Amino acid sequence: MDKFGYAQSQKFDTYASRLMPREEYFTSGHRSCQGCGEALAVRWVCKAIGKDAIIAHATGCMEIVSSGWPQTAWMHPWLHVAFENASAVASGIESALKVLQRKGKLKGPMPKVVAMGGDGGTTDIGLQSLSGALERGHNFTYFCWDNEAYMNTGIQRSSSTPYGAMTTTSPPGKMSIGQHTQKKNMTAIAVAHGIPYVATASPSYLFDLFFKVRKAIETPGPAYVHVLSVCPTGWRSATDLSVRLGRLAVETGVFPLFEVVNGKYRLTVEVPKLRPVNDYLKPQGRFRHLREKERDFIQKHTMAQYQLLLDKCGASYPEFPVITEPEEEKE
Amino acid sequence: MSSKPMDQVTWQEIEAGAILTEPGSARGYNTGDWRSQHPVWTKSRCIRCGVCWTVCPEGGISEEPGGYFDMNTYCKGCGICAKECVTGCISMVPEEE
Repeated sequence: MDKFGYAQSQKFDTYASRLMPREEYFTSGHRSCQGCGEALAVRWVCKAIGKDAIIAHATGCMEIVSSGWPQTAWMHPWLHVAFENASAVASGIESALKVLQRKGKLKGPMPKVVAMGGDGGTTDIGLQSLSGALERGHNFTYFCWDNEAYMNTGIQRSSSTPYGAMTTTSPPGKMSIGQHTQKKNMTAIAVAHGIPYVATASPSYLFDLFFKVRKAIETPGPAYVHVLSVCPTGWRSATDLSVRLGRLAVETGVFPLFEVVNGKYRLTVEVPKLRPVNDYLKPQGRFRHLREKERDFIQKHTMAQYQLLLDKCGASYPEFPVITEPEEEKE
Repeated sequence: MSSKPMDQVTWQEIEAGAILTEPGSARGYNTGDWRSQHPVWTKSRCIRCGVCWTVCPEGGISEEPGGYFDMNTYCKGCGICAKECVTGCISMVPEEE
């Protein structure tokens, strides 16, 4: 894996699919649903991490599907830990490795310490231990698989569920439009800890993901990578659209791909012309109940958030989609 | 611990703490019998770029000796490869008995 080192990793922009590493560290035979974008993300993140790593994984979809006892899909030393303490366990592993190295019991380079969790295990339940680990400055990398609800327990809402989405605990109806709060901005929370590396990634942009994971792993100190992973089961979309939906999320500005190195924002995937957000909402059954009014609201909110991000990056504005003001309803 | 399914494991084989000592033993579980459709490659239009291999969440596509790609026994039939194929040489065919 030396040839994928930090210094050379700038070259991933011109990388080709065939030349990517062939070793599988998240093996076939795991029990994820058909077309799982999260499994795709884990497969590529594990490839990018390389073989010298210890993983602490919070409860979540990827823990459930990969470790149906007595089989495991992981090639790394891997621990399943509870929802709330994945980062605490990772910081413990990192401290223990440091002690072993100081006492001369660990020869050679230090293994990378990685913590992973779903969006429930990151934005809701595991937030306190993640915040603590980021604040203490342990040398580890945290990956959040964001599929925007608690999918493996039956699609309950989490604080990462976007506005207007249907879940089993935020059902749409006469008095409700589904989820009525906006998605928690987890990357901004991670940036606020003043850690050296924060990034958002999507398996639909594989080389971008690969490059960011290499960078996060090589960064001394804590790093946080937020990965959008499409869930056909919970998003009520077709199984073959997983990769395309991830791309649409970037092209519509719902989930912009950027990285923050020492507090400095940089947009990694620039979109010359934003697509209307309806292109992203339409293939998903969880937004099926939304009316024109709410779709316009989501469009305006997305554009406002995207402009705020561009201001932080210092990038120029792309061409925004035109919103036609709806005619006033006659009562 | 071998890669046997759960109903064939006896208690004598279980390690202390029920830890798993064999990495990647999930390969013993054939997920291919879930599928209701499978991809078929038209070799004359395939440019061997490897995009289908990269976008497969299962690792269900592997390279063959000629440099072409084909599905293996883990394919769950989601259809992402057919959707993402650059030349459109992959088509999904219903599974037959």
